[in-house]
Amino acid sequence: MTGVVGTLAAAAIAYAALALAGYAAPNWLVPVATLAFSKGLVALGIVALMRGGLVSFGQGTFYCAGAYAAGMAMRSFGISDATLLVALGAIAGLILGLIIGPLLAGYRGIFFATLTLALSMIVYGILNKTYSLGGSDGLNLHAPSFFGYHPAGSESAGYALFLFTGLVTVIAAALCRVHFDSVRGLLSHAARDNEIRVEYLGASVRWVNGINFVIAAVLGGVGGALSALSLGHIDPDFAFWTTSGEFVFLAILSGYVSVTAVFIAAILVELVRSFSSQYFPNTWQGALGIFLLLIILFLPGGLGSLSLRLRPIRAKPSRAESENLK
Amino acid sequence: MTALLQTIDLQKAFGAVIAASDISVAVEHGQKLGLIGNNGAGKTTFINIVTGHLKPDAGRVMLDGKDITGLAPRQVRRNGVSRSFQIPQLFTSLTLNQNLLLALAVLRGEGISSWRPARSDAGMVELDDLLDRFRLRAYREHTVAVLPGGVRKLVDVAMAVTQQPKLLLLDEPTSGVAAEEKFPLMDVIMHAIERTETTVLFVEHDMDIVSRYADRVLAFYAGRIIADGKPGAVLSNEEVQRYVTGGAA
Repeated sequence: MTGVVGTLAAAAIAYAALALAGYAAPNWLVPVATLAFSKGLVALGIVALMRGGLVSFGQGTFYCAGAYAAGMAMRSFGISDATLLVALGAIAGLILGLIIGPLLAGYRGIFFATLTLALSMIVYGILNKTYSLGGSDGLNLHAPSFFGYHPAGSESAGYALFLFTGLVTVIAAALCRVHFDSVRGLLSHAARDNEIRVEYLGASVRWVNGINFVIAAVLGGVGGALSALSLGHIDPDFAFWTTSGEFVFLAILSGYVSVTAVFIAAILVELVRSFSSQYFPNTWQGALGIFLLLIILFLPGGLGSLSLRLRPIRAKPSRAESENLK
Repeated sequence: MTALLQTIDLQKAFGAVIAASDISVAVEHGQKLGLIGNNGAGKTTFINIVTGHLKPDAGRVMLDGKDITGLAPRQVRRNGVSRSFQIPQLFTSLTLNQNLLLALAVLRGEGISSWRPARSDAGMVELDDLLDRFRLRAYREHTVAVLPGGVRKLVDVAMAVTQQPKLLLLDEPTSGVAAEEKFPLMDVIMHAIERTETTVLFVEHDMDIVSRYADRVLAFYAGRIIADGKPGAVLSNEEVQRYVTGGAA
């Protein structure tokens, strides 16, 4: 089974396995995995941009927008259904992406990265001084409900949120896989290699990058809303540059080949952070730094490139083939 | 009958350097036109203006009677003009298959699809035909970055041909290719497009190639056309011999 149907079938199997793993996993691991999947979604958006040759250092903008949209809907309108809250997070990301995307689609390299970073810091500054949104202290949120179901007890609530986050993650990952394998997905990859040829094929690089940006913004909004529900608290640090840097870290760690690798990387990083915080307090950033250095040195294509190494790829033509033209 | 390509008084200057001066040309359907001239004569500038890479300072470019002056490259392509480059412009981290499949998919209007896979059954049939026409089958699974220079030239032309252009512009298709490979390369290219109605303009420095494959030649010098006609007549033109061929004809 290949193509779209194969991807969707694989996603269904992955979700079943995830649900079982969550049920069997120790209690402390479930919230760690929930948060990791939420952040992985934001990193997946960066991966979508990276495939087109762009790296955003400001995904915190959309992460924060999604979190605050969900948070304000819960506090101001009493909405507690997780699906609605995440949908609102996605819409917040979408609206911001549609506004910012066309403005940035013409920029490349360090200019694009810096502009996204600058935008996130503007959002951070505004939130710090907006007291109706909690100012620098942020807002606390209560546990969400799931299609009218209110889990009793923190353990049930945690597992329910894990199942919900897992479902959103698997759907988003499957859709991204389908997109990456589509004509537009390959066109993004091609634009990373050679924009001139893409234009001479009759396609618009600006349009390709703009759509990737909007996809990344929506994923950022969804990830932000899920993180807010997982943490039960939101504050302006969601938009701070170190938060955005963490997503870039995840994207580099995973590479842009595999969608699954993004979430494996997210879980690894959350685990390293959890254990480092417990056993080496205040030094976990150092542990993450060493982790990243090792990846760059020994696996520059990221964790996802391991799947390519296992495939029998013929990279170079044989001598006989090279002589073929003569 | 309207000329396929007509340029009217094209002007282009880069600072003090005149790259195109009153370039007026009419190219009929089905012609094979050779563009000759020394470096800086204005051949590539002419191609760049026609394909939308450069905007002329003045003048107009008409394609099948339609004004395409100043359109972006992708708009010019949509009007039926494709090109290859002196330095092949390919997707080097993708395989040869992926390069051509992508070009074919975009032509079929699937560039807007985030759903349909790039590797479709219809695309594979067209791809096989293209690989055979350009004798590229042996390289199909190879990453473009590792292909020999001559093969990359062919792929670059094949990418342009996938667009089924009315007008195909080839910028020095044999440059950087070993002398003994030039004729086989041009044979492959001309054979690959012979069953189409494509009009071809090619820039070339090798006068033997021009004599063999062009049915009309334009000689450029200092941004001007100094001769226009059958290959034999142009290559024996006194001005062409003085400024372009150095008496090679």
